[in-house]
Amino acid sequence: MEIFHHDLNINFLGMRKVSIAISAILLIVSVWAITVKGLNYGLDFTGGILLNVTYEKPVDVGDVRSALTRSGFDHAVVQSMGGTREISIRLQPPKETGAKQSPDEVAGAVSKRVMAALQASNSGAKLAKPPDFVGPEVGQELKTSGIYAAIVVIIGIMIYLWARFEKRFAFAAVASEIHDTVITVGIIALVQREFDMTVLASILAVIGYSINDKVVVFDRVRELFRVARKADTPQILNRAINNTLSRTIITSLFTAITMASLWLFGGPAVHGFAITMLIGILVGTLSSIFFASPMLLWLGVSKKDLMPVTRDNPELARRP
Amino acid sequence: MIDFPRWKYWLVGLAMVLGLLYAAPNAFRPQPAVQIVANRDAKVDTALQKKVATDLDKANVSYDDISIENDRMLVRFANTDVQLRGSDVLRVALGDDYTVALNLATTVPAWLQKIGAHAMPLGLDLQGGVHFLMAVDQNAVLRKQQQRYLDDIRSTLRQKQVPVDSVSLSGDGVQAVFKTSDDRDRAAGIIGSDATDLNFSYGRTPGGAYTLHADIKPEVLQKLAQTTITQNVTTLRNRVNALGVSEPLIQQQGQNRIVVELPGVQDTAEAKRVLGATATLEYHADDPNVNPQEAARTGNVPPDARLYYMKDGTPVVLKKRVIVSGDELVDASSGYDQQTGMPNVNVTLNSAGARKMLDFTTENVGKRMGVVYIETTPVVKIVDGKEVHSSKTTETVLNNAVIQGVFGKKFQTTGLTQQEAQTLSLMLRSGSLAAPMDIVEQSVIGPSLGQDNIQKGERAVILGLVLVLLAAAIYYRLFGLVADIALVFNLLILIAVMSAVGVTLTMPGIAGIVLTLGMAIDANVLICERIREELRNGSTPLASIRTGYEKAWSVILDANVTHLLAALGLITVGSGAIRGFGVTLFIGISTSLFTSVTMTHAITALIHGRRKKLKTLWV
Repeated sequence: MEIFHHDLNINFLGMRKVSIAISAILLIVSVWAITVKGLNYGLDFTGGILLNVTYEKPVDVGDVRSALTRSGFDHAVVQSMGGTREISIRLQPPKETGAKQSPDEVAGAVSKRVMAALQASNSGAKLAKPPDFVGPEVGQELKTSGIYAAIVVIIGIMIYLWARFEKRFAFAAVASEIHDTVITVGIIALVQREFDMTVLASILAVIGYSINDKVVVFDRVRELFRVARKADTPQILNRAINNTLSRTIITSLFTAITMASLWLFGGPAVHGFAITMLIGILVGTLSSIFFASPMLLWLGVSKKDLMPVTRDNPELARRP
Repeated sequence: MIDFPRWKYWLVGLAMVLGLLYAAPNAFRPQPAVQIVANRDAKVDTALQKKVATDLDKANVSYDDISIENDRMLVRFANTDVQLRGSDVLRVALGDDYTVALNLATTVPAWLQKIGAHAMPLGLDLQGGVHFLMAVDQNAVLRKQQQRYLDDIRSTLRQKQVPVDSVSLSGDGVQAVFKTSDDRDRAAGIIGSDATDLNFSYGRTPGGAYTLHADIKPEVLQKLAQTTITQNVTTLRNRVNALGVSEPLIQQQGQNRIVVELPGVQDTAEAKRVLGATATLEYHADDPNVNPQEAARTGNVPPDARLYYMKDGTPVVLKKRVIVSGDELVDASSGYDQQTGMPNVNVTLNSAGARKMLDFTTENVGKRMGVVYIETTPVVKIVDGKEVHSSKTTETVLNNAVIQGVFGKKFQTTGLTQQEAQTLSLMLRSGSLAAPMDIVEQSVIGPSLGQDNIQKGERAVILGLVLVLLAAAIYYRLFGLVADIALVFNLLILIAVMSAVGVTLTMPGIAGIVLTLGMAIDANVLICERIREELRNGSTPLASIRTGYEKAWSVILDANVTHLLAALGLITVGSGAIRGFGVTLFIGISTSLFTSVTMTHAITALIHGRRKKLKTLWV
């Protein structure tokens, strides 16, 4: 069985002006979404208090929200937890001056006040379990360590590719890497999905996945350059993309299948992870085809950069 | 013929068998149980077994089995609801003589356990329980050390009659101000000969006076910070044991945080009270006129003395008067005696404590002196619907040693094993130098949510696996089936390695497993596409297989190494969920490299290698 005929020869490089333009637009929109709209950070990162409240009778999220606003909790995030009787409330503790309290004490005090406010409007409200909370410092640290993780990973990959391939490949790979990561994060910011620990983990996994994809195409580019007698760069890049196209699509499909099953059956704990991965797989696959190779061309990769370094053999040189 | 070295067949076979064996324990679900351990002189024996059985019968709690294994008793229950009821009944019935803890009893067959195969421990998100992150206030300890140097320097200068204007705290150390540079130089010489932990630097005040800065050396500060954390971890571990949680996780995280995870615990308030207990120390004189054994039996103790117990249950009678208390102790460290080379514990007191100790030891050489560790835990009870606050105090004698000579500021305790010396010094520190801790993060996972997560995770793994197996078989036919076999073994070997290494399974870990399944097939896709290409180019089937594997190898290697780098980044920089995910991914990529390439190659060679003439390949 074949998805694409093996003689397929689509001129991907010919579309590079269009494809790069689309990429640029997506990047701009993503950066706008991340900086202006901002990420909807979860409790892990913002710090704060998470309360799970159950009601005796079905309740409207809007009512809960207005009950909280009336009591002065303006910025609480109220979400339904699947059913209509369970809701989760995420909020930042109000900044109070006075005695220094530990996050533990603050959480206790705030949860009491919130419950009082909720019970005043609906006596059926009950705290389902002790509140979860994260101190602001811990959240901030996590954010920084997440960014560090991404940078360390990208630099490590760049060094490896530089050594195994050539510097242009390393730059092109890292450029596509950043492209994929920014767009994936951008989409999450755009739809305002909650950005928590598992989403961060999957963003980092997207980096690993997308590099995998690029390496396969680049490996073929290197091979074709080495065997080609006359090297017309766009032609070789095109052939490399077409030769690996089946593999690119099939692998993406296989990985997407597993992530879809995780999304459907894995439950809320890994929902964010699966969705982010699916977005990342889509973006990564498209950029392997439409973005990475134009980058190579633009960086001016050529046949002579890739010939295996033949060491001068003094023994040979001495011979007549 | 395909040349495939024989040893590789053996390697593949061995990996298959080992993978199967070491992954197997995970199929045996652990059973909810209650673990009973004896305190002090109580015993775990058949009498206790009968008592437990009758108590449970009386309370109408059904149990599956009661067994005794290495000094502990395990009562197994059908489900967690009964387990919780049972533990409540037993806690009341057995009282303080035994520690009753929730536990998960393994159901793995003995022969599997014998070869060291065990199931992966489950993370809190799969098991339910509470998670705390505690921040340790290192500054409190630093300030105490600074104060100690300040006291020392002030009294030394007074003793040696060096005129000094002022001695005060500054930065990471102490600053002394002198009128003349001669005084300052003398002071530096005197202090420097005594305190090796300090760095000295000179300066001038705006008013023209001469200053001497004595800063605690950075390496000393670093060591201090590390001991503080270790000591807090030890203290927490002791307290959690008192709480009766089996298999708690208490671990340092980062520079100054400690993670505490208590599986099975749901009552955060109770847990917090126990973790937040305060401890102190008291040195008491031993009462030589009383036989402690006798006193313990009869309860007759002189009015100026009290009966205490050591940790192992040995009774000790100490005078009530306190010689020195914990806040007068400035340092305790374990080391070796310089003359005998035996392990010892070195204790340093501040000047007030030193004076009292000197007075006491002058009169009591040859007698014994005991150290009592006192822990106070706040307790909240509901009486008539109202919360009643009280506190529970536990007192343990850490050590009761003979006073060998007269001493004041510094003294050492010998006659201990190295382990005992370490424990004693840590306990002395926790009673005197404990750094205050704040809970900065808390999360509670209900037990049913944990069960739910396991089920969902399992379903996602199985469905993902089946779908990929089907897709591969349809798309690559025979080669797809070979890849399928390898993929199933990849899952088994991945689980086997995770179990053997002792990785804690969490929800992000399961996500990592599912992701690995999807990506592991990539190597086979690369190989199969290559083989197809070679066939199209007109190579013979056998040659196609050979070149297919050869040519695919370099790209598989590059792709996987870069991917491993990404996983490594996750492990080293991330914490918690990210780390768990990274570890799984790392192991998964490594095992898939073996199964997808070597294992499929071996199977392919077995299928096609024997046939001299191969016309068509099912790829």
